[in-house]
Amino acid sequence: MSIDYSERIPNNVDLAEDRRLRRALESWQPGFLRWWSEMGPALPTRDVYLRTAVAVGREGWAHFDHVALPDYRWGIFLAERDPDRRVAFGENKGRPVWQQVPGEYRAELQRLIVVQGDTEPASVEQQRRLGLTAPSLYDLRNLFQVNVEEGRHLWAMVYLLHAYFGRPGRDEAEALLLRNSGSEDSPRILGAFNEETPDWLSFFMFTYFTDRDGKYQLGTLKESAFDPLSRTCEFMLKEEAHHMFVGTTGVDRVVERTAQLMREHDGDDIGGHGGIPLTMIQKYINFHYSVSLDLFGGETSTNVANYYTAGLKGRWQEERRQDDHLLTEAVAVVPRIEGGRLAQARLPALTALNADLRAEYAADCATGVTRWNRILAGHGLDPVLYLPHVGFNRKVGAFAGHHVSPDGRVLGEAVWAASRDRWLPTPRDKEHVRALMRPVYEPGKIAAWVAPPRSGVNGRPFDYEYVHL
Amino acid sequence: MSFDVDPGSYRHLRLELDGEVAWIVLEVDEDAGLTPGYDLKLNSYDLGVDIELHDAVQRLRFEHPEVRAVVITGGPGRVFCAGANIRMLAQSDHAWKVNFCKFTNETRNAIEDATAHSGQTYLAAVNGTAAGGGYELALACERIILIDDGSTAVSMPEVPLLGVLPGTGGLTRLTDKRGVRKDLADVFATRSEGVRGRTALAWGLVDEVVPRSRFEETVRRRAREAAARSSRPAGAAPIPLPPLRPDGYVYETVAARPDGRQVTITVRGPRPGDDGQGWLLRMTRELDDLILRLRTNEPELGTWVIRTEGDIDAVLAAGARPHAEIGHFYKRTLKRLDVTSRSLIALIEPGSCFAGPLLELALACDRQYMLDDPGRPAAIQFSRANFGDYPMGNGLSRLAARFHAEPGRPAALERLAGRRIGPAEALELGLVTFAPDDLDWDDEVRLALEERAALSPDALTGLEANLRFAGPETMETKIFARLAAWQNWIFTRPGAAGPEGALRRYGTGRRPVYDRRRA
Repeated sequence: MSIDYSERIPNNVDLAEDRRLRRALESWQPGFLRWWSEMGPALPTRDVYLRTAVAVGREGWAHFDHVALPDYRWGIFLAERDPDRRVAFGENKGRPVWQQVPGEYRAELQRLIVVQGDTEPASVEQQRRLGLTAPSLYDLRNLFQVNVEEGRHLWAMVYLLHAYFGRPGRDEAEALLLRNSGSEDSPRILGAFNEETPDWLSFFMFTYFTDRDGKYQLGTLKESAFDPLSRTCEFMLKEEAHHMFVGTTGVDRVVERTAQLMREHDGDDIGGHGGIPLTMIQKYINFHYSVSLDLFGGETSTNVANYYTAGLKGRWQEERRQDDHLLTEAVAVVPRIEGGRLAQARLPALTALNADLRAEYAADCATGVTRWNRILAGHGLDPVLYLPHVGFNRKVGAFAGHHVSPDGRVLGEAVWAASRDRWLPTPRDKEHVRALMRPVYEPGKIAAWVAPPRSGVNGRPFDYEYVHL
Repeated sequence: MSFDVDPGSYRHLRLELDGEVAWIVLEVDEDAGLTPGYDLKLNSYDLGVDIELHDAVQRLRFEHPEVRAVVITGGPGRVFCAGANIRMLAQSDHAWKVNFCKFTNETRNAIEDATAHSGQTYLAAVNGTAAGGGYELALACERIILIDDGSTAVSMPEVPLLGVLPGTGGLTRLTDKRGVRKDLADVFATRSEGVRGRTALAWGLVDEVVPRSRFEETVRRRAREAAARSSRPAGAAPIPLPPLRPDGYVYETVAARPDGRQVTITVRGPRPGDDGQGWLLRMTRELDDLILRLRTNEPELGTWVIRTEGDIDAVLAAGARPHAEIGHFYKRTLKRLDVTSRSLIALIEPGSCFAGPLLELALACDRQYMLDDPGRPAAIQFSRANFGDYPMGNGLSRLAARFHAEPGRPAALERLAGRRIGPAEALELGLVTFAPDDLDWDDEVRLALEERAALSPDALTGLEANLRFAGPETMETKIFARLAAWQNWIFTRPGAAGPEGALRRYGTGRRPVYDRRRA
């Protein structure tokens, strides 16, 4: 198979001149396309109005056109290199960053990249059937934009594996295509990525909460002393911001529509009027926030401490932090449960880095809730939405095995069992949301459970024909 | 530290030649220890003494084809040998002690190798007390003749006096070579004063006890008898062993280039016009010397990358019918490599000559990387050298040990001798670990070496020593594995090397303090 690389695979990694990389991609690309056709979007389309990154500069990044999905040009881009960049933390702090993988850290770096890479195609798989129930062409287009970019993020991780990890890296890149979300025999590595995204409310919640976890993970890898990883993640973060925009404004529009219906019908119970009641939105927030918190792993982790000390993975905004960036003496305060009560544990900061990242993430998540409450207030409604307590509905870490209410009370088994249906989506709630999911493919039209966006994509109007079916 | 000495420069022993019989007479110069801090009293030895012993054993095989029996004895009026110098051990760091023991063990093995394969039978004429390593030196000889004067004893006082084990194979040779009963060996090895005369004979610790008046005459007779039984060919020409004179670690056929924590060792094949035997001997001597010097002087060069350069056919021709002594020497050198506590990685590249005897170098390595570049083919080739000429310490060829679970494999592989084997086939046959192509090679090798260098050196030493010797145990493997591992553990325990340990307190008049908990 012969490919015109600079055209077919937009890149700034000198692909045309790199024989080794070309050979690796030549064997990998057909596998990727096969994966896309089998596991990518289930809804057939002629073309979609998509943004394609063709260069790292501002203009190169905002290149819009109608593209047939299989012909999408998945590119390989790294943020510009800073020739003076130095390691910002850990015991290699102050030394020049690495342009090659040091053999000493090969296994750890490869593992970090594989785990990150595994999540990217997973979300495409989880979302593959959503196109069949899209509320509008605008939303359908956003879904596909998220999908192709997750696909490109897979390319980005595969690029690193191919370019820097030799034969074992190529084997891992193959395996990224062999594992599938929800597969019994070879599931995705992280549990949360094996759950199907069943409806569009879940999709908006996923892109708000779960993609935001991705943002924070990428943010820590952007600090990595392995410069190609850092630069790759820096560029990926720009795309990730768009995914979060889809989530934030998606939930905005659901809340907006719910508020309208509540005003129209003067009451909370708008389920019968084709809307999603606020209590149900809250349950979805509770669910997606809590399972996304689980993605941060246990509060304490010696692996992450080792990554930090070695310089492989830093903290969020590492260089803006005012401390020694070594953390060998520092102490962190981490919540947990002691004797049936919430307590604060003082732990070595180095082993509590997961909790540190999770706290940054939680603060960020809270801004969305503030935003949604402002929409409610704008309609004269009480700002009732909230983020549940960090210990609520947790399966991983210090709160796993305990029951904590959304407002932070430790509960017994019986109280939890009696209350959980008030806090988490029930089969009936899910059925209600599912029943609302009817596709609307007519330009300018939108489903009744969600408000239209304030503006379209790239200056186009809402009724633009974003997708040709 | 240099291992290149000759009889003219010996300070600790005399080499006396008397026709078919040679005498190695220990007369250790008390004041000529390698480093300050100890006196080499009572014919005790340090590395400097043992280097001379090693040289004498080696030269007798090459430079003295007429010698058919060798007597090791103590100088007049002295003890036979009091073993390794205790103060030297007490002041040495752990790595030095371990390396010292390894070298002394290799020399004792070489003594047995000469007896077994060169028709040079070693006899120990124990004319004064043989304690610890002194008695172990006697144990390496084919026959031990003890003077029966009512006071001279053989002993192994390491456990009772020093809290360590006899470090040069004594325990193994007592039971496995001499067949001493384990209960008697237990008594012997815990009784600091040792055993004299008839009891020593009855327990099998010596072969013969002889009164002082008849001692020398008896020793001479036994030596003549041994010489008469020798299979050593008559009229063979001596092979001189001139000084090697390397420039740093660069020799004529072998060169080592340190780089960070690793060293690349390149062995060059014969050049056109080279005498094959001459090349094989020179290469062996240089490689042997290099191994000893790197082991002793460069403990931080933890990975040895082994390469070759040259013509495969020339190597095969040179190795086809090695002179017996040269062949045995190369065998011993390869065994040194086998027990070297460094990671050994072979790089088989275009222009390399891993064939026949040099292929053994690659097979001795922990891993073999072979470059698969279609434009520049690399190859390896078998010869009979790979099927039993150069056995490991466990008695197997390296191929037989590699395929230990498939007894038919070596014979099947032997049928491939006579032709080149390329990277893909070598990989398929299990002869190499990985065969990266030209695009992957540099990164793959770099990553592997860097990854290796980051691992715990101690754990690697243990790992490699465990994996290299698949198959049966022999006296040699027991000494280098069982004895060495236990001894190394004991050496680091407070009861031996701690400030209150037996090694440190020996000779101070204070009793050692032991941790009484059994581990």
